[in-house]
Amino acid sequence: MKFAVIVFPGSNCDRDMYHAVKDVLKEEADLVWYQSANLEDYEAILLPGGFSYGDYLRSGAVAATSDIMQQIKAHVSKGKPVLGVCNGFQILLEAGLLPGAMQRNKNLAFMCHQEPLVVENNETLFTSLYEQGEIVRFPIAHGEGNYFCDEETLEKLKANKQIVFTYRNNPNGSVADIAGIRNEEGNVLGMMPHPERAVEALLGSADGVKLFQSVVKNWRESYVANT
Amino acid sequence: MKKVIVNVTLKSGVLDPQGKAIQESLNSLGYKEVQQARVGKSIELQVDEGPDLEERVKEMCDKLLANPVIEEYSFVVEEAVRS
Repeated sequence: MKFAVIVFPGSNCDRDMYHAVKDVLKEEADLVWYQSANLEDYEAILLPGGFSYGDYLRSGAVAATSDIMQQIKAHVSKGKPVLGVCNGFQILLEAGLLPGAMQRNKNLAFMCHQEPLVVENNETLFTSLYEQGEIVRFPIAHGEGNYFCDEETLEKLKANKQIVFTYRNNPNGSVADIAGIRNEEGNVLGMMPHPERAVEALLGSADGVKLFQSVVKNWRESYVANT
Repeated sequence: MKKVIVNVTLKSGVLDPQGKAIQESLNSLGYKEVQQARVGKSIELQVDEGPDLEERVKEMCDKLLANPVIEEYSFVVEEAVRS
């Protein structure tokens, strides 16, 4: 399976993402500079963490207006998977590919540590290899991961089972302990914690491996089989 | 040339952790009368004049300058002072 890791000016988890796919999963991956990208040949798009455009205006806001978003939206409309982690999640929110917005953490601090998460929905193409309700440990590293949406949106997220991960001990003030959500169609996942930094025991956790494996497995079983 | 001053503020229902820290800080300086602080942004644009200036500034706010999920905005148009 062929992954594109999109690199914006200020991305800094791009190589972690690349390492997870290329070296741990042994799948194909390219680091793709946002200006020179042609995403047609890629089967999955990964939006890495970091501080694209220095978080100017709002985290992810400037990257969300860049030309490459048109290609990413086209990719999404074909049903192909997109994973946005940390700043990548913020970009997906700003681009309107996922509902809601990010605010400063409740305690105003940048937090960088491992957090236990609950797999709220294992019937997604990103989480099918986890057990429902399984506790996984991923690092968080953000100053603006306080997820906000209005009541109506929250009800919709719940009704459509779009909440994929929640924090067990909400560190940042997110509405409904939300750590990760998917779109209604199910092929876009945004999450603040970093599965790509939890792919080897040496890193303190290998719980993130199954997320990437789920994507590959589901791609081979459903999308490829049907086309 | 016109000067457009866009004021972006958090919607009333949205918690503002930064504002809360500022309020507490003012309180601890002895300004006990401060019950709330809310932080926003002011963005100044120098814009060429045109017939649909206000409409276009509104579009800029909706597309980029404000995030409608958590923020609201207002703006005023003034004569630009040439520097």
